[in-house]
Amino acid sequence: MNTLARPDAVRAEGLTKQYQAARAVDGISFSIPQGSITALLGGNGAGKTTTLGMLLGLVLPTAGSVHLLGQDMSQGRHRVLHRINFQSPYIALPLSLTVRQNLRVFGKLYGVPQLGRRIDELAEALELGDFLDRETGKISAGQKTRVALGKALINSPELLLLDEPTASLDPDTGDWIRTQLENYRRTRGATLLLASHNMLEVERLADDVIMLKAGRIVDHAAPSALIQKYGRETLEDVFLDVARGRGLAGAQAETT
Amino acid sequence: MSRSADPNTAPRPRYRAFSLERVGAMVLRYVYVLRSSWPRLLELMYWPLLQLLTWGFLQQYLSQQGGAPGASPGGGALGTAGRVLLGSVLLWEVLVRGQLGFNMSFLEEMWSRNMANLLISPLSRLELVLSMLSMSVLRMLVSIVPITVLAIFFFDYNLWSLGVGLGAFFVNLLMTGWALAILTSGLVLRNGMGAEGLVWSMMFVLMPLCCVFYPVSVLPSFLQRVAWVLPPTYVFEGMRALSAQQVFRSDLMLQAFAINVVLLSLAGVAFAQLVDGARRSGSLMSIGE
Repeated sequence: MNTLARPDAVRAEGLTKQYQAARAVDGISFSIPQGSITALLGGNGAGKTTTLGMLLGLVLPTAGSVHLLGQDMSQGRHRVLHRINFQSPYIALPLSLTVRQNLRVFGKLYGVPQLGRRIDELAEALELGDFLDRETGKISAGQKTRVALGKALINSPELLLLDEPTASLDPDTGDWIRTQLENYRRTRGATLLLASHNMLEVERLADDVIMLKAGRIVDHAAPSALIQKYGRETLEDVFLDVARGRGLAGAQAETT
Repeated sequence: MSRSADPNTAPRPRYRAFSLERVGAMVLRYVYVLRSSWPRLLELMYWPLLQLLTWGFLQQYLSQQGGAPGASPGGGALGTAGRVLLGSVLLWEVLVRGQLGFNMSFLEEMWSRNMANLLISPLSRLELVLSMLSMSVLRMLVSIVPITVLAIFFFDYNLWSLGVGLGAFFVNLLMTGWALAILTSGLVLRNGMGAEGLVWSMMFVLMPLCCVFYPVSVLPSFLQRVAWVLPPTYVFEGMRALSAQQVFRSDLMLQAFAINVVLLSLAGVAFAQLVDGARRSGSLMSIGE
């Protein structure tokens, strides 16, 4: 996908988060072109979720700046929030509301025009119809993930951030979700940024990978380029090289 | 995705700095919760009803014994002291329900781990607070109106007979309840669910100081100074004046209103700082845990 001529959807410069003695994110800078899919990859505690939190404004950076869709998020972030959305397995929708009620409430919060039609479209596209009028707390984990994706797409976001979008899903449902995300990017030209532990998912979806370790970017390239650079067969092998501290030199030494 | 119903061609929303539709959306969200559960509706009336019956029958008993000052001889319709006591009970419930009506909406978001979804949406802090204030009024009315009707039925006591003064009492009590609710909500957001106990207990710390059931003159002089900092003190003094002497003390209501404006402003500033503190500490990413 040619994204070179487009402005950046995400630009982070010198982004740092210090929690008392611990530095969760350590001065990272990166940009993400519009219309691309980028994955944040790293082990537990690498700083992925904190980075997403800072991009969204849920976490205040200790230093550095964030621009989303050209808007400085430290000033007037509300000007751009209606063009963004987020899905995470660690935040939930109210369980006592039906799926339709949840989509209606969030549709109104995002000021979605023709909301009833939009809900019907999402219900058909994400196959929510069978449980649209059931309480969200009474549907399966896979169905909840589809509903959460419906909430994340309710405003047709230009920038969609996802934290482990297929965590704890069976392979079939996970594959189905990935297909929806691919379709959404293709048909809408949206930018996706996802944090994931699933290497196959990242290889399949991402144009670019930002590899994090201990709050720092240790590499940033296309999945195929990373595999080639580290002389490995899969992205998982690259991940293990980085996570276990072997790095590029270690990987090259091992292969020779 | 189906090509016939491609959701990706939908028109996109526009930015609006303030939106009543967003406030309405949040009110709708809380009404959905109330509608979905009759125990929640019943719970709104449960404590006020218990308070009314306990204090009302106690007062009737004391009246029959002739032991309550101002009691009507032989029981039946309440004497002045009885009317003041029941008025105090009902107005105290207005204060408590006003606070909890706000806090319950806030806690719904914390319990359901939905707060992060709201904070990344276009919903502003002001709109969030306004929606919870609206729900506070709604919940308070659902709690109090049926109880006032039961007070007429059981004790021949009509709170609404206080007339225009009652409106001033309600406004001032609600404002105090909101100030406390905004502050405690901010504390929960900043410190997590471990601070939830403050929501349920903080109002009761004020109870002896704001002279719900006795006049300010009963307190030692140093506590009287504390009492006059609290707007409910003015309301309960005003209610006693209206019930016992049929005098509406507008001066007391204006003083209470002025203090409430200050308290609400301070609570708003504290809330904003506590939210920013939560963003600094990263606790918004682990809400509900």
